[in-house]
Amino acid sequence: MTWTTEEIAGLVEPDRAHRKAYTDPDIFDMEMERIFERTWIYVGHESQVKKRGDYYLAQVGRQPVIMIRGQDNQVNVLYNRCPHRGAQICSARKGNTGKHFYCSYHAWTFHLDGKLEGMPAKREYEGTNLDFDDPEFHMARPAQVDNYRGFWFVNLSKGGHDLKTHLGEAAAAFDQLIDRAPGKETEIVGDCFRMVQQSNWKIFLENQLDASHPGVTHESTGKAAQKLEAKIRQEGEEPPMELSFLSDFARLGHDGWTKFGTVGYRNGHSSLEGYMGLRPDDPDTNEYVRRMHEAYGEKKAEEILGTNIHHMLVYPCNSVQPPLQQLRTIRPLAHDKTLTEIWHFRLKNAPEKIYRRSLAYYYMVNSPSTLINADDLFNWWKCQHGLDSSASEWVSFHRKAGQDEERDGVSYSAPESMSELPLRHMMHAWREYMTATVGEKL
Amino acid sequence: MTEACELLAASDVNAVADVSIETQLTVERFLYRQAELLDEKLIEDWMALFSDDGWYWMPAEADQVEGDGQPNIFWEDQGLMLMRNARNTHPRAHSQAPHNRLCHVVSNVIIESENADGDIIVRSRFQCAEYLRYEVRNFSGKYRHLLKKTRAGYKIALQRVDLVNREGPYDYVLQWWL
Repeated sequence: MTWTTEEIAGLVEPDRAHRKAYTDPDIFDMEMERIFERTWIYVGHESQVKKRGDYYLAQVGRQPVIMIRGQDNQVNVLYNRCPHRGAQICSARKGNTGKHFYCSYHAWTFHLDGKLEGMPAKREYEGTNLDFDDPEFHMARPAQVDNYRGFWFVNLSKGGHDLKTHLGEAAAAFDQLIDRAPGKETEIVGDCFRMVQQSNWKIFLENQLDASHPGVTHESTGKAAQKLEAKIRQEGEEPPMELSFLSDFARLGHDGWTKFGTVGYRNGHSSLEGYMGLRPDDPDTNEYVRRMHEAYGEKKAEEILGTNIHHMLVYPCNSVQPPLQQLRTIRPLAHDKTLTEIWHFRLKNAPEKIYRRSLAYYYMVNSPSTLINADDLFNWWKCQHGLDSSASEWVSFHRKAGQDEERDGVSYSAPESMSELPLRHMMHAWREYMTATVGEKL
Repeated sequence: MTEACELLAASDVNAVADVSIETQLTVERFLYRQAELLDEKLIEDWMALFSDDGWYWMPAEADQVEGDGQPNIFWEDQGLMLMRNARNTHPRAHSQAPHNRLCHVVSNVIIESENADGDIIVRSRFQCAEYLRYEVRNFSGKYRHLLKKTRAGYKIALQRVDLVNREGPYDYVLQWWL
């Protein structure tokens, strides 16, 4: 069906959202056009393309793009499409294209900045409208390409905020991924894990900051981790800290998650305050803190380490967990299908054991064999199917509704609660994006 | 480097050792039984096939020669196997209700080497169907095993599993070992 702006606005109320926002394929197409192709979408980190000619593919909204390191050693982003007959230029997800791009269909070649270089029997174009200097015959560049400290984004439309303004407070997620490194640099490790969720992209984002689900969804894994901890103690040893990432789910129970506040920022971003005891008094952590003090001075180092973010959602496409150096990007494929790319980072000059903690989290929570996301993905799939039912038209976000505190355009969850603030906040931002006129600053 | 990974990395992946028929059959029977125990969910018996310091490993990348300290799809010792089994069989493991079913076929068993102690490095191929949520999915891949000869028969020091589509994307989580 065709949706008017008024009808779309009517899908979101202060404490509930209409199921059609999650289940309607036409709404999904409009989301691609009005959100994913009209605001800043994450492409990748500069460390994925280290050498000239290195590239990585990504999907932005419905558009295939290439992140490429050019001959000038600068990162750039181009559409992955030949201007001749439309063939995709790069087909492998990553690689090195050499000194130019080469189209496998008719051997058109392009410089790494996208400019047309040549083709066989070039003279046959003499006297035609084909012009080597005309961008129409180049590999196209998205309307806006920019980076925040090495994290590259594109906006496929002109206008709107610049990247830094768009990120606003959410930039702290990327700052933390870098600043927590005593060597002041961060680097992607390996390729990403890619998982397809059989559910709408918003269900994933909503789950990330939903404090009332972990003790329920992940009870079985929490209990299993406790069992292993007990066995290790029985053998006279101390269980590794990594296991507490999982056993916490059982330890905090169904309603022990009230001490972790949530915050809603401008442009739809939101965060969950930290809950993991990531600064225990053990030799590895102490050595890490020592290196941080040495690199930044005590005051600045403590400021960095004291930043209390467990999870930052950078609307509409990133879920970042800086204390464990994890970054997830969503690439919506259909109203009921979402690809996630899950990356993790190594902090330069941090002790190996600190890296191993993030690696353990990457394995236990984010790998294709994760016991944690196994139950998450299942719940989201069940939600997607449940929302196809017309038994009720609404999704409830009532927990602590009306009790969020707003100061200077930022909203804070009611203290000591598992408020559904982030869910309300994101759907309100969704309504803003979906009903804005082109180029309007939100 | 993990000792078992080092031994596997040092072995020629195209070698064909000239072993006795008896060794060949014993190793084949062991590999069939390994797969059967997974299919029948006799997980404690399956875990008992591994040595105390044995590893189950599904690398994330083709050229990986080490599991420790790197991203993997699976990298589990006896402790992590115990945890996975405890979770998968917990009554509130929502996504395992009902449980999946696995069906393996193992073939192309080629022994790469047999050392003086009788330890074996062997490669094979498998097909595995998984039935979950009323759908069947298929996995194909290559096994490489480092088997230590003990008085109680072979023990798995390392089971390496390379899926043909290891890069994914995965359209759901691999909750049980393949």
